[in-house]
Amino acid sequence: MKRPPKHAPARIDSTADLRRFQRMMAAAVIRPLDADDNLQQKWVDGRAMADVAAEYIKPNDRLSSFERLQLYNQMYWYRLLEAVRDDCPGLRAVLGEPAFERLARAYLTDCPSQSFTLRNLSARLADYLRAHPRLTAPHTALAIEVARFEWAQTVAFDDAARPVLTLADLAASPPRRLRLGLQPYITLLALRHPIDTFVISVKRRDVLRAEASNAPESPAGRRPTRVRRPRPGRTWVAVHRHHNRLFYKRLEPAAFRILTALQAGRPLAQAIAAAGPRVKPAQIQAWFTAWMSLGWFCAPGNKRRGRRS
Amino acid sequence: MPANRFNGQCDYGIGIGLRVPHYAHILAKKPVVDWFEIISENFMVDGGRPLQLLDQILEQYRVVQHGVSMYFGSADRPDRTHLRKLKALVKRTRTPWLSDHLCWGSVDGTYTHDLLPMPYTFAAARRTAEKIRMVRDYLEVPICVENVSSYAEFHASEMTEWEFLSEVVELADCGILLDVNNIYVSSKNHSFDPYAYLDHIPHHRVGQMHVAGHTRFEKYILDTHDHPVLDPVWKLYAHATRRCGVSATLLEWDDKIPSFDEVHHEALKANEFIGDAKKAAS
Repeated sequence: MKRPPKHAPARIDSTADLRRFQRMMAAAVIRPLDADDNLQQKWVDGRAMADVAAEYIKPNDRLSSFERLQLYNQMYWYRLLEAVRDDCPGLRAVLGEPAFERLARAYLTDCPSQSFTLRNLSARLADYLRAHPRLTAPHTALAIEVARFEWAQTVAFDDAARPVLTLADLAASPPRRLRLGLQPYITLLALRHPIDTFVISVKRRDVLRAEASNAPESPAGRRPTRVRRPRPGRTWVAVHRHHNRLFYKRLEPAAFRILTALQAGRPLAQAIAAAGPRVKPAQIQAWFTAWMSLGWFCAPGNKRRGRRS
Repeated sequence: MPANRFNGQCDYGIGIGLRVPHYAHILAKKPVVDWFEIISENFMVDGGRPLQLLDQILEQYRVVQHGVSMYFGSADRPDRTHLRKLKALVKRTRTPWLSDHLCWGSVDGTYTHDLLPMPYTFAAARRTAEKIRMVRDYLEVPICVENVSSYAEFHASEMTEWEFLSEVVELADCGILLDVNNIYVSSKNHSFDPYAYLDHIPHHRVGQMHVAGHTRFEKYILDTHDHPVLDPVWKLYAHATRRCGVSATLLEWDDKIPSFDEVHHEALKANEFIGDAKKAAS
């Protein structure tokens, strides 16, 4: 968003005036809350926020201009923080609630939503963690992997499914020229920790907590049972869906190499060669049989080409 | 008006919002409901479970789309991706009309995900109406705009909220989704007479109504959608139906959602408040 104007327009006589007004108010609404979760006392230029708010918001007999603006400021932050919390149970388990809260506020401050839907709110989180390692230290590598994994779940949940290729489609071209696309909802992840089992443990814990008590919880009162952080362990996994249910499929390293080569747009013969000489043809055939039965292959498209993590 | 060009000439009755906690009940029990309102954004995805579920609902029920992020009042042009996905959903649901809010919430591509109140000026009304026309022409479906609850008023405003609403819908030649609870909430927050609001809007443009619960705090009221509808709102609803006729009416319950039967029962209470309007019509 562009910088807010120095002052909100006194009159709104044009779309340009309306835009200036909206920049002014939106900047205030998304401005980080202070330590007490209130609207900051100072505006970006150092003036008293109360004076700035009074320039464009009317007070009433119960609330000052500042207090009226504060309602919107607080609702914005509570709503978006709740959305990020809901997106990231695994990351919360890695960092603990206080550290996650600090991270979420920093992320939303630096990366306000650029999408009409809250579904995309955490899309940039893994990149943000990479660029701001201090926010997750000393668990940065793990945190990044969990953030990637949790975003992959969102993709698997509702990204597009394209028409599945059949054996006849495959037979139509020789392997040297045949290119297979992977379904857009599939994310391939090469990880240094078994994030799949960790995320499953967190989900199980959360389900048990929900079943154990119907008492409403406030965010401040959340003290979840701790799930142990995973120990290092190389893991290759495809996050995908089948019959509209979410799954994490472990892959052999060679299988992972084949799929990433296909996803990058390489022809089938080259992709199979990427598996390495020690993999037996029968093994590769078995993998392809399984992937075909899962409906993973579609016509190659540019949209997701080369997307792997 | 029961059926008019702003709601696709549909004489729908009393509906409720389609919400996640009720999915299993609805699919298993197939309760009789006049219609469901869906939040468009929840289904503006490319695949997966949300669309599968929507298709199952569409097989059994009438569905109307209600959006929360078109932001007709934002100075920005409508987002193309948003429009494209919304049009795909309109084709899927064949919604007879589509509603979204008379508000703004984004600027320069940054989204607040809130329904922010408009400055009630003639220039803002012209821009808002222009965007409503743009969206309607692209989507090819009637549009009703909903009045929002608000907690702030602006020095720049040149008219009342109901005058602004009237100005916009006349310029855009669109319908009104009259949210009676929002009128009540704003009337308390801004100390105006909610009946004056209802008396001074173009009644023939009302294509749908909303009722909902709210929460009263010491100095203001919040539109929380987490309670049954309160008596003053029902009274206001009765007055609205006398003025506008009995429109398709929907109960919004979005937080602390009770059982399906409880929500539906609450919605059907609307029938108790439309007697005078029905007599007047007959």
